[in-house]
Amino acid sequence: MSILDRRGNPNGGNDDLASLEAGLDALETRLDAGPSRPRKLISATWPPLLAIALLLLIWELTYRSGVKPAYALPSPADVGLVVRDWLGDGTLLGAMGTSLARGGLGFLAALAIGTPLGILIARVRPVRRGIGPLVSGLQSLPSVAWVPAAIIFFGIGNTAIFAVVLLGATPSIANGMVSGIDQIPPLYQRVGKVLGARGLASARHVLLPAALPGYVGGLRQGWAFSWRSLMAAELIVNSPELGQGLGQLLDVGRSQNDMSWVFAGILGILVVGIAVELCVFAPLERRVLRRRGLLIART
Amino acid sequence: MTVLEEPRVTRSTGAVSLRGITKRFGDGPNVLEDVTLDVAEGEFLCLLGASGCGKSTLLNLVAGLDQPTAGAVHVPGGRAALMFQEPALLPWLTAGQNVELALRLRGVAKGARKARANELLELVRLRGAGGKRVHELSGGMRQRVAMARALAQDSHVLLMDEPFAALDAITRDVLHEELVRLRESQQLTVLFVTHNVREAVRLGDRVVLMSSRPGRVAKQYPVDIAHPRRIESPEVAKLSVDITEDLRTEIRRHGAH
Repeated sequence: MSILDRRGNPNGGNDDLASLEAGLDALETRLDAGPSRPRKLISATWPPLLAIALLLLIWELTYRSGVKPAYALPSPADVGLVVRDWLGDGTLLGAMGTSLARGGLGFLAALAIGTPLGILIARVRPVRRGIGPLVSGLQSLPSVAWVPAAIIFFGIGNTAIFAVVLLGATPSIANGMVSGIDQIPPLYQRVGKVLGARGLASARHVLLPAALPGYVGGLRQGWAFSWRSLMAAELIVNSPELGQGLGQLLDVGRSQNDMSWVFAGILGILVVGIAVELCVFAPLERRVLRRRGLLIART
Repeated sequence: MTVLEEPRVTRSTGAVSLRGITKRFGDGPNVLEDVTLDVAEGEFLCLLGASGCGKSTLLNLVAGLDQPTAGAVHVPGGRAALMFQEPALLPWLTAGQNVELALRLRGVAKGARKARANELLELVRLRGAGGKRVHELSGGMRQRVAMARALAQDSHVLLMDEPFAALDAITRDVLHEELVRLRESQQLTVLFVTHNVREAVRLGDRVVLMSSRPGRVAKQYPVDIAHPRRIESPEVAKLSVDITEDLRTEIRRHGAH
């Protein structure tokens, strides 16, 4: 039976009310047209470009002033030459690929462990009391501290590197999940209950989607920790059999006392970090927040 | 609570029957005390009272979200639908998906959900708004989506907890009219909680005045005013004045000691 014909026509001759409502709806709906896409792009691009140009200028001027000898402070052009060489022989892209693959894999493993761990801590009281403080405490432990332990336990090798990344990123992801769940307005859970959501259905339709903004924040931080941990591990865990990541590339510069090389290495690490943030996490977070109307337009 | 504890003779054929309901939380004082109330099939009953009269607690009991300390709650039609003061729509879903979720949790087959949700949105005159995000809708539109979602629960008993309290007067007036129309066309039984006397008289077939701390039924008023009613009409005003007098007497009792 259709709902409409329990007692006939839905309008029931209430055309006055219908037009009144239509008028109110039209008046109360916000009409906001933001600036056009190309305009937005231009206004988003010029400030960072200007900042980079200024930074290079200051660097060049400091170099020319001669406060430090050239071996300690190379010019931007010296560093540029190293980057050009690396790009030419594929060193840079190769190292970036190796590091990204390690970091990405470690991050995914941390995701697979941290997510259920976070749900457990948030939802099961004894688990929260038992390991909740430990997991949030672990977040403040610098992951370099894990490197010696990982080397002794696993030996010099990729396993040790993965272990450090995993230990570094998992607490952040778990904590993101916990704070995501903790911040759910109680009203949503009540709504779920009223609509008849129980157990798994409640988790799937109410709990997890409601926790998503906090969880995405945790993922973002989890990636940052993965990347940092990976660099710490690659700087120390180094042997000819291992593929050369950005950290190992940087370490070559250190052993040869070549500051231009070291600067170029740092630049490579920074560029990957910024690129992942801009291409993956920023759009993901924006998308989640925009759908919920939580994104405040900033000028 | 087992069926045995519930005396057979008191079982009514009404849509909601409350028998000697007492409710307290933990060791606290009674929030509700010996409340006995019957809502007839198709009746629009307004519960009116000052703060602390346990109106919302009572609705939670009827909705099955909580259990009474003593007494029996009986809703022969099964689960009642509940609407809150806030529209309480889930912001990660569109208006249509909010309605569909209610259908889905009720076990409606996938293929039927979309059409049914559209039908319900049309019923609250939001045809075409199904794809909108919650934050794109006005307060009145959100509350209408919440109405459609409550109707999706396919319960003939609708519980409303001050659903229009947060809306502006113009929107509230329109939604009053909308609710009366829906109640008529869908043959709903409505249990409506408010602290607005005029709203209660504007909407209800019967107004029940509750006393506060503990909440008890203080007085009942049949509303014999023909529909369509208007909130500003003299008949509504006249009865409202009488009820307000009684409500004030109830409130004064609390300042006396």
